[in-house]
Amino acid sequence: MQIRLTVNGKPVRADVTPRTSLADFLREALNLTATHLGCEHGICGACTVTLNGQPIRACLTLAVACDGYEVRTLEGLLTDEIMLALRDAFHRHHGLQCGFCTPGMLVSARDLIQRGKAGSDSEIRKGLSGNICRCTGYTDIVRSVRKAAEALSEAGKVRSPSGDVSKVPA
Amino acid sequence: MKAAAFEYARADSLAEAIKVLCSATEAGQDAQVVAGGQSLLAMMNLRVSSPDLLVDISRIEQLRVVLDESDAIRIGACVTHAAIEDRAMADPSRGLMPMVAGNLAYRAVRTRGTLGGSLALSDPAGDWVTVMQAIGARIGLVGDKGRREVEALGFTTGLYETARAPTEIIESVRIPKLSAAARWGFSKFCRKSGEFAHSIAAVVIDPERDFARIMLGGSGAAPMCLERASQSLLQRAGLQSVERAAEDDLANRDDAHDEFQRSVHGATISSALSQVLS
Repeated sequence: MQIRLTVNGKPVRADVTPRTSLADFLREALNLTATHLGCEHGICGACTVTLNGQPIRACLTLAVACDGYEVRTLEGLLTDEIMLALRDAFHRHHGLQCGFCTPGMLVSARDLIQRGKAGSDSEIRKGLSGNICRCTGYTDIVRSVRKAAEALSEAGKVRSPSGDVSKVPA
Repeated sequence: MKAAAFEYARADSLAEAIKVLCSATEAGQDAQVVAGGQSLLAMMNLRVSSPDLLVDISRIEQLRVVLDESDAIRIGACVTHAAIEDRAMADPSRGLMPMVAGNLAYRAVRTRGTLGGSLALSDPAGDWVTVMQAIGARIGLVGDKGRREVEALGFTTGLYETARAPTEIIESVRIPKLSAAARWGFSKFCRKSGEFAHSIAAVVIDPERDFARIMLGGSGAAPMCLERASQSLLQRAGLQSVERAAEDDLANRDDAHDEFQRSVHGATISSALSQVLS
């Protein structure tokens, strides 16, 4: 089936079979391999990408169902302000070991920060509970996300970690 | 794994969706309705389910409409858990539904998964079936023979079985507005956050409507209404009396002999009741 969609800001036209998941389409047809596939049934979170700005499971979304939509993968967030802060924090605070879960962790963490849901360790833990990591024991991931949220908040770039909808200064 | 091959049709209107569903069913195809697909696609990837045809209803505008019907709010079947969590619409439940939505699976599932889809699947461990039955919601169905509305309470007829005919689509869910005097309690037990619960207890009491209902989900084929305990709650009995009545209600369940299940059911019921009766 013919689909047209926007991936990381670029228009894409493709012919896909209905059974092709968005994750397989991104990896196999577009060579966007940051999107990882772990469990393929919505539990591990490694395939988390955004669809029309919202985080989704790319393994539980059909490529054909994304016709006309806007998809963003980790590759499309290279210059994103929140992602830059997250990358810096994951680097400094050892937020990854093998890296398999990292793309999904980053996309989910970015959404948490964006929605003002990264105000405390327990809030971050709950928010990341749909992303499984088998290396780190989560402690350093949670710390990395908290530090990134704090850094962004101090710079006045996103909502403060307390969840207040503080205005972005001009 | 990956899903087995299937055909896919995206419907732009309810009429079109029903037409496709009917002709496929007549032709002997296993046609399934898909909205967010957060359970169905997982089942398909696991090859537990392999329909011949998916009818995608997620873009039908009509299914995302929310209507204020004076004593109730009618929520379109394709409204997502995330929209309910974010309070993107009027909340008839005085906080119950946003709380339930916010603790259902994970955000990246909630942004796609829908209220109607959850009810259509009627997983006994799914939160909405139990909660919609506890609050006294009604489910609006539409099919080739027209519209009908059924009580959420009797909607689940067995394990993954509902009153919905294969050629019917859930259109909306009508949720009564709780009065200011109403109270609710909700508790679920999961070993891992976001997974399907082992036990779910939902309690709603609304004295102004003479309504009290305690539902228990999470195990068995369908959520169970704790009749005696609900009656006792309506009669304003204290926490201990209601808990005793609940124990009586549970005594004849199939899983009454299962010590683990009995203990988690007891815990979620007590927790939900204490939110109402404290």
